[in-house]
Amino acid sequence: MAEVWTIAESEGGRLKEVSFELLARGRALSDELGVPLASVVLTNEIESHELERLAWYGADTIYVAQDPNLHPFTVASHAALLTALVGHHAPQIILAAATTTGRTLLPYLAVKLGCGLTADCTALAIEEGTGNLLQIRPAIGGNIMATIKSPDHRPQMATIRPRSTPLGEPDEKRRATVRAIDVPTDVHDPVQVLGLRPFGDQSASIENASVVVAGGKGLKRRDNFTLVENLASSLGGEVGASRDAVDRGWASYPHQVGLSGKTITPELYVAVGISGAIQHLAGIKTAKTIVSINRDSEANILALADFAIIGDLFGIIPVLLRRLEERRKIQ
Amino acid sequence: MHIIVPIKQVPQSSDVKMDPVTGTMIRSARSSVLNPLDLYALEAALLLKERHGGTVTAVTMGPPSALQILKEALSMGSDRAIHLTDRLFGGGDTYATSYVLAKAIEKIGTFDLIITGERATDGDTAQVGPGIAAWLDLALATYVSTITASNGTHLTVERLIEEGYQRVQVELPALLTVVKEIAIPRLPTLRGKKRAMATVIETWDAASIEADRTKIGLKGSPTRVVKIETPKVARSCEAHHADGDEATLAAVDRLLDFLEERNLLKGVSHG
Ligand SMILES: Cc1cc2nc3c(=O)[nH]c(=O)nc-3n(C[C@H](O)[C@H](O)[C@H](O)COP(=O)(O)OP(=O)(O)OC[C@H]3O[C@@H](n4cnc5c(N)ncnc54)[C@H](O)[C@@H]3O)c2cc1C
Ligand SMILES: Nc1ncnc2c1ncn2[C@@H]1O[C@H](COP(=O)(O)O)[C@@H](O)[C@H]1O
Repeated sequence: MAEVWTIAESEGGRLKEVSFELLARGRALSDELGVPLASVVLTNEIESHELERLAWYGADTIYVAQDPNLHPFTVASHAALLTALVGHHAPQIILAAATTTGRTLLPYLAVKLGCGLTADCTALAIEEGTGNLLQIRPAIGGNIMATIKSPDHRPQMATIRPRSTPLGEPDEKRRATVRAIDVPTDVHDPVQVLGLRPFGDQSASIENASVVVAGGKGLKRRDNFTLVENLASSLGGEVGASRDAVDRGWASYPHQVGLSGKTITPELYVAVGISGAIQHLAGIKTAKTIVSINRDSEANILALADFAIIGDLFGIIPVLLRRLEERRKIQ
Repeated sequence: MHIIVPIKQVPQSSDVKMDPVTGTMIRSARSSVLNPLDLYALEAALLLKERHGGTVTAVTMGPPSALQILKEALSMGSDRAIHLTDRLFGGGDTYATSYVLAKAIEKIGTFDLIITGERATDGDTAQVGPGIAAWLDLALATYVSTITASNGTHLTVERLIEEGYQRVQVELPALLTVVKEIAIPRLPTLRGKKRAMATVIETWDAASIEADRTKIGLKGSPTRVVKIETPKVARSCEAHHADGDEATLAAVDRLLDFLEERNLLKGVSHG
């Protein structure tokens, strides 16, 4: 009855949302395989209520290691702990988030464990007959979907794209067994975290935003980019940008969406004055709803958009902002 | 400072075609390029070399046609280029690829730093860099956006993560994966091109790097591609023209209703 594992991520004693998304994925696999689901929490501190929530969202077992050295994340100490833990419990599947942490830890761990790993999956399934994990992911800038398995190696490992999984309903009656893990003190970590410089401008964490409003070269000048910023704030979202807009200095690199920027999965993506080059679309293929505002009725973005206003953005955005403002006053 | 930069040949993204019969990717050598994200790794290495002295070695594992990207690396200013090519390497996943690169790096011998691109634009995995670090037990810093300081034993770098820029100190030898923000890649110069022509590119096969045959190529890869599909764009687009004030207002109001129907205006009420 080898377990399915998810690797939780936390910050300041609280679990990140993606930890629960992983449980939704893990629970479905566990139920299908008829095996327990465990969540692994490696952190410096965690509120006990947070561990309860892991149970509500599907964990049967919670492995917790608490140590000041485990946060902020560094790969050597996390990988050493997990290598030992996997050796002890032999899970059949390990799921982590396709965040900067998950995408650093898992490839390192996979080599240490001699296992296969599939990056940035957007869907998972169990293969009939064999019980192998089928890992489905976009590749080549989202132009193809590949299904990958790792038939002869255990654990089977995958990172899962954040926001690609709807959260299940929490069941507050569910309970889990909490097992504390010893933290070895003799791991030499060649990486020391010195500090964090939060983004200076508006929060640039577009990968966690449910609404992203992005601007492109169609904005023409830096001053005009405030239209995008204002629309983002009135929709309660964050600002994104095409590469052309970033290269012109209208937004900083952490805002760049696309092949050489970020891949995001917001509920709503609004592209303003963005043509939708294949490299840009690579970053938004999994967005739930895409709206385009562009004067070109042939723009590439229309192939992916759910809703488009074709016309001059300088005429459209001010009207949109005014209507949104009116709505807010009414509410 | 001796820096090694693993680089990859990738198809030009707009040029990817699928074979309708086999469902596999058709890669034509003509349209292959140096992974654009590896240009940043090369540039970061060349800047460090200019600042601290030393050498830059470019290495790639790939078919004969991958020679072309090594020439490009040389003409940008790399000192040495190594081509890992052997039919036995074919079909390797990130586990097998990082193993081959790690074995080659062991053969190269002493080095201070390995810099890889953030990810290759074809596979999009971002796994090979951390994989090499694991094989060689190196300090690893991913998503590096600036190298702020270096002395003979440590580097201080910033990593671009979800919460902001994280400053870390890494012990050398180390492996960095770098993001676009690190530097603006230089173009090859005429002098560089001449030098590239005069430089002998070394070719190493599986035997010469003493690779364990069970860990390379398709056979050595834990993962298997079961199926490749071209996703159908299922979206149907509702389009409205905004010509003139009236049409603009109508289009905007329809957009707001559309967003409301999809429950996407939640953020609005909080301001
Ligand atoms: C290796 C590589 C990696 C890349 N990575 C990325 C990446 O990560 N992200 C990215 O975005 N790009 C990337 N690119 C660049 C990409 O190919 C495009 O050049 C870029 O996305 C175009 O940006 P844009 O849409 O803002 O500009 P344009 O393509 O110039 O589009 C501007 C749009 O604005 C519209 N417009 C102009 N004026 C108005 C107006 N008044 N009202 C309404 N609409 C108007 C136009 O109709 C046009 O569609 C990459 C390219 C390469 C080669
Ligand atoms: N075949 C290869 N030869 C040399 N370097 C590679 C190869 N594949 C990947 N890399 C390096 O690893 C990085 C990440 O690639 P990937 O894990 O394939 O996304 C690339 O940017 C390269 O620096």
